[in-house]
Amino acid sequence: MERPFHPILQTRVSVTYIDAIREAQAKLLRDDERVFLYGQDIATFGGAFKATKGLAEEFPGRVFDAPISEDAMIGLAVGAAIEGMRPIIEMQFADFSSIAFNQIVNQAATHFYRTGVPVPLTVRLPSGGTPGSGPFHSQSMESIYAHYPGLIVLTPATVSDAYHMLIDGVKMQDPVIYCEHKFLYRWLKSKSINGDHLPIGQARIVRPGKHATVVAYSAMVHEAVRAAERLHEDGWEIEVVDLRSVKPLDMDTVLASVARTGRLLAVGEAFPWGGVTAEVVARTASEGFHLLDAPPMRLNARDTPVPYHPKLWAAHRPTPESICEAIRQLLSF
Amino acid sequence: MVIDREYIRNAFRAMLRARLLENKLSSLYKAGKIVGGVYLGRGQEAVSASLGAALVQGKDIFAALIRDQAGRTAFGEPMIDCTRTYLGSVLGPMRGRDGNIHRGRPLDGMPAMISHLGAQVSVVAGMLFARRLKGQLPGVVGATCIGDGATSTGAFHEGVNLAAMERLPLVIVVANNQFAYSTPTERQFACADLVDRARGYGIPGYSVDGTDLLACAEVIGDAVKRAREGAGPQMIVAKLLRLSGHGEHDDGSYVPDYLKSGHYGRDCIEVAMRQMAEGGYATVDELFAWQDETAAEVQRAVAQAQQEPIPDPYTAEWNALSTQFFKPE
Repeated sequence: MERPFHPILQTRVSVTYIDAIREAQAKLLRDDERVFLYGQDIATFGGAFKATKGLAEEFPGRVFDAPISEDAMIGLAVGAAIEGMRPIIEMQFADFSSIAFNQIVNQAATHFYRTGVPVPLTVRLPSGGTPGSGPFHSQSMESIYAHYPGLIVLTPATVSDAYHMLIDGVKMQDPVIYCEHKFLYRWLKSKSINGDHLPIGQARIVRPGKHATVVAYSAMVHEAVRAAERLHEDGWEIEVVDLRSVKPLDMDTVLASVARTGRLLAVGEAFPWGGVTAEVVARTASEGFHLLDAPPMRLNARDTPVPYHPKLWAAHRPTPESICEAIRQLLSF
Repeated sequence: MVIDREYIRNAFRAMLRARLLENKLSSLYKAGKIVGGVYLGRGQEAVSASLGAALVQGKDIFAALIRDQAGRTAFGEPMIDCTRTYLGSVLGPMRGRDGNIHRGRPLDGMPAMISHLGAQVSVVAGMLFARRLKGQLPGVVGATCIGDGATSTGAFHEGVNLAAMERLPLVIVVANNQFAYSTPTERQFACADLVDRARGYGIPGYSVDGTDLLACAEVIGDAVKRAREGAGPQMIVAKLLRLSGHGEHDDGSYVPDYLKSGHYGRDCIEVAMRQMAEGGYATVDELFAWQDETAAEVQRAVAQAQQEPIPDPYTAEWNALSTQFFKPE
């Protein structure tokens, strides 16, 4: 029996993506005494984005302000996880996790393989661009971390996934990189937090179609759906797949979709060199070459730092317009 | 001041066991029997053993670093863990997946170091932090050793600062062996003495002659005691000279002769042996008997590890995750 949701979720007309993240942490703190939160400005202040608002008061001695020491924050989490705790570390911005890169990829990610002792810790990365955020508050780091063995990398695109995948991720025995998209924080609302609750490792068909498959994750799922809606007006039926987690990567769902449509476009907000979209295209080409009626395509951000000005930013990342254009190109092959 | 007799005896025996074991590791390396690096703690045994012997296995935490064979031994790491890891036995704690000094038993309070220096400081802090949350911190100490070179890393600074802010019972022993690989301290830092840094972190710092076992035992033993009593992080800077290369592939020819023949170039084992006999900590007969016992123990540990199976890439489990993801029906 699931415990009832926090009152906030029962009384509100709608729940935002960041509400879901806050409530997931509240539930984890309530249900598991091993869970604690450690991050900059997350205690009384409630976090730069208010993802931990009120939790320090509700759970005294379990929510801690951290010094501006990303490396030491993850080192602390590894040590605490060895000792049986379930730390959740909030990076103020995904971009700043570069300072903790060594502890994440060399300490946490190698620990189980080397010692046989798993380190169940979760790193929350407020990811992706928002207008005006500029080069150092906009990055998408999922491809970097997915490259390393020993990490699970989650990229929820819906309110329900934001909630359930954080809970499921914290319960896993391995280090989890939880990429939450800042653009979705308050913009994305849902009537219920209780979605279909798929297990981690399974992608979702967001919108069925038959003419082409668009594989996306995180905020790009919504841009892909918008593009598919526009093309629907012209009679095209575009299937949109939400990867949900980029590691593990559910190629079964992707290949099954490509088998139906014969065409693949992989869309990501990260930089274009390598990364998740390249992995999806490479695996589809090598495992599903016979399913393809057209060369598989990728659409990513531009190969520059993420620009500050909203006009430049909007043109830096894939948009419904650029996704439509890419799909039309794919369909015209 | 009279230092606890058993503590000194334990520390000295660990020094001896480390030195004889490492002499053997060096021979095995030169004979091509060990693949990869061999990193010795020669010249640092007094410091390392004084720390390890002041800790209690099963309760305390000890994050040993590259030159801590003596401290590991004093803390209670079995010698076979070392030979198994160097020789790649699948029965060792790292099972051939990692080698040499990159070993540990995290669940027994011995986290396994990574090569990136300074990174273990915050891991020990995290282990202590967890003990606090579990209500198990009183009376516990976490300790780690580090070299002069590693004090230049951001990770060291972040870790010490965090431990100081959280007031954790962390003992940091800096073995200033005057060289980080080949780089002398004047190319490493500009402060007059590394111990001055302790004040900047708001924690007490102590200096000690790292070639003097009795001095190390007193200063390090006291620091561990203070941390155990709740006085917060303690830093000790031990001055000494590395009496080997960075690894056995390195002859250390860059160390000038005047340092080798100077005060810190003296061998801490020889100093300690005199201190043991003259201070009445052990009789000469005991010292000789310990050497013989230890030499036999080293032979056994090497022979056993050499006979054990090495990893088989065809049957190895190539899993970096403990989670098994099942495919939906």
